[in-house]
Amino acid sequence: MTTENHESVGTAPRAQGSGGGPLPALGRAFRGLANFVNSSLFRYVVRRILWGVVLLVIVSALTFIIFYLFPSADPARLRAGRNPNPAAVAAIRHSLNLDKPVYLQYWLYMKNLVLHFDLGFSYYNQQAVRTQIFQRLPVTAELALGAFVLWMLIGIPIGIISAIRPRSVLDRMTMSGSLVAISAPVYWLGLVALFLFAKDIGIIHLLPGSGSYVAITKDPGAWFGSMILPWFVLAASFAAFYARMVRAQVRETMSEDFIRTARAKGLSERRVIFRHGLRAALTPVVTMAGLDLSGLLGGAILTETVFNIPGVGRYAYDAIVNADFPPIQGTVLFSAFFIITANIIVDVIYAFLDPRVRY
Amino acid sequence: MPSSTHASATSDSVQVSSLLEIHDLHVSFRTRDGDVHAVEGAELSVDRGSTLGIVGESGSGKSVTALTVMGLTRFPNATISGEIIFEGTDLVKLPNNQMQSVRGKRIAMIFQDPLSSLHPLFKIGWQIVEAIQAHEDVSKATARKRAIEALREVGIPSPEKRIDSYPHELSGGMRQRAMIAMALVLKPDVLIADEPTTALDVTVQAQILDLIRRLKDEYQTAIVMITHDLGVIAELADEVAVMYAGRVMERTSRERLFTVPELPYTWGLMRSIPRLDAPRPGRLDSIAGLPPSLIHLPSGCPFHPRCPYVMDVCLKVEPKLEQSEPGHLVACHLQVEERRRLGRELVSQHGSRSDER
Ligand SMILES: Nc1ncnc2c1ncn2[C@@H]1O[C@H](COP(=O)(O)OP(=O)(O)OP(=O)(O)O)[C@@H](O)[C@H]1O
Ligand SMILES: [Mg+2]
Repeated sequence: MTTENHESVGTAPRAQGSGGGPLPALGRAFRGLANFVNSSLFRYVVRRILWGVVLLVIVSALTFIIFYLFPSADPARLRAGRNPNPAAVAAIRHSLNLDKPVYLQYWLYMKNLVLHFDLGFSYYNQQAVRTQIFQRLPVTAELALGAFVLWMLIGIPIGIISAIRPRSVLDRMTMSGSLVAISAPVYWLGLVALFLFAKDIGIIHLLPGSGSYVAITKDPGAWFGSMILPWFVLAASFAAFYARMVRAQVRETMSEDFIRTARAKGLSERRVIFRHGLRAALTPVVTMAGLDLSGLLGGAILTETVFNIPGVGRYAYDAIVNADFPPIQGTVLFSAFFIITANIIVDVIYAFLDPRVRY
Repeated sequence: MPSSTHASATSDSVQVSSLLEIHDLHVSFRTRDGDVHAVEGAELSVDRGSTLGIVGESGSGKSVTALTVMGLTRFPNATISGEIIFEGTDLVKLPNNQMQSVRGKRIAMIFQDPLSSLHPLFKIGWQIVEAIQAHEDVSKATARKRAIEALREVGIPSPEKRIDSYPHELSGGMRQRAMIAMALVLKPDVLIADEPTTALDVTVQAQILDLIRRLKDEYQTAIVMITHDLGVIAELADEVAVMYAGRVMERTSRERLFTVPELPYTWGLMRSIPRLDAPRPGRLDSIAGLPPSLIHLPSGCPFHPRCPYVMDVCLKVEPKLEQSEPGHLVACHLQVEERRRLGRELVSQHGSRSDER
């Protein structure tokens, strides 16, 4: 009661303003906006975005320098065909700006990127890098999101259960199993999965194998079938890692003082674990999950290559093999962009999840 | 043999039937290094409207005793025996689901560090409302109103605002007040306070002790005050139990303890109280030596390796908690007259603290 009286006194001036007409409403909206712009959250996000831009510039410059210092092949020569004559090579070099000093090349690249969002053309097949990446992004996102859902659905429950029942059969089995999954390289796991389950080369002809990708818009059923093996292969080590991480988090949390308090209040053990324990234990997992997902959005190179999925990772792999610089630079920038953006988003979310965090 | 009568601890004026009685409580934990005998035959009791102080060095089994009363030491590696009689029910034997309705509702507990003891991600109001709704079928709004009242009662200013604070937004003293509000909101019969002021600074300590005393008088709550500080005992306790190595070694009223303490270990604790009028401030006489290992206890009296008055018998026979005079139980092989003389001497040298209140 007293609270309400109190508040109505406090809000009196504002209440006057909301009397009628569009102007006060506009003013209110404007004030709201001004409040937001002045808020520490807004300033924090702006600062982080500016830093993100700086980071992207640094990443692009580094890629440029590395490629310039350690060229894996001469792009002009690659373009000139089988028996190139020196004049043709020189002409190509000139047309690609490769005869200019590196800082000028970088400047031209950045100018095109900023002014036209132009990531250049492949040295290898002259296709526009931006178009290529945008075509392939959905495929990579399908792979990454599917694997993400899988590993969260597998890793988190296993982690929780083995934390609550330490040294149980399930705990021992999953924790030693997870060690295997973590240490197994993805390409090895991918090949094993193919040799076991692929329709063409597998021991059991169960699932579509490598190169079977079909766009989801064309045939959802076939798309789903073709993604099952890649999803599981990509999710395996993440699931294992998450199970172990969640287990450690939950165990640590369950020995905290506030868990003892929750029990002392007479709460059910279920509520102690799921309300008090998990709320604290899983908050840091959100951060990890966001960052891991964003890392994959830049392309899951190994999985996409083993299963021959036409995603950004596969594109990057081909570009590396062909010493095709513009796609390499383009995919690196996209990857960095996703990671930096995810970092900002995750930090903002974290501040909502943990009231102790201040900007 | 000591000249005291051989009355057992349970007879006589010490207790007829108290609200909470602990008899021959044993708690041990199996660990990789061996069995930790945290509590060995503890005898305690407390009544409505009175305060039992439990004092002892670190590791003497104070917290384990308290947590066992709450049913919070029922780990797979724990062995618990003895009796904890609460209003005629033995809590040691009470099944978990019934114990759950005693915890928080009938017997509440507050802890040493209020910052780590409150959930950092929930508002304090939410945490108090949860405690209410765990035991009573009331609406959220009603529970919230009661939470605000409880916060007001423990002296938190503008509780209707504070209820929506997170623990880290409050000062240490306010946090402990919030803990106390949470513990007392259901008007429990017993409040166990495990070193509630240790993590607070001195002025705040005094306020919290005042608060606990006031609430005890108001609601006739039985208080179990755990501390390693005899100063707190002098402030607050009606009855005192001195614990060492999981055993209750001396039990008496506060007045008696601060006039004729009869246990060499208690004397050691008294010498280590800082005194405002001490001639050389800063220098404390703490008890020589370390608390014993609870896995490999010394033979005989567990205190004998550190006791300045050790005799042959102390190495071989463990002293029983026996009545020295009505209302005063001591576990020591020293002659009663000798103990009283030494105790009085110490008090007259060191000054009594019992009349500080
Ligand atoms: N779950 C457990 N497993 C094994 N040992 C334990 C467990 N809980 C407590 N102990 C041991 O029991 C002994 C008594 O501990 P307790 O916490 O009761 O001491 P205390 O008197 O409260 O000391 P302090 O003043 O430090 O709080 C200690 O040696 C402690 O290590
Ligand atoms: Mg303790």
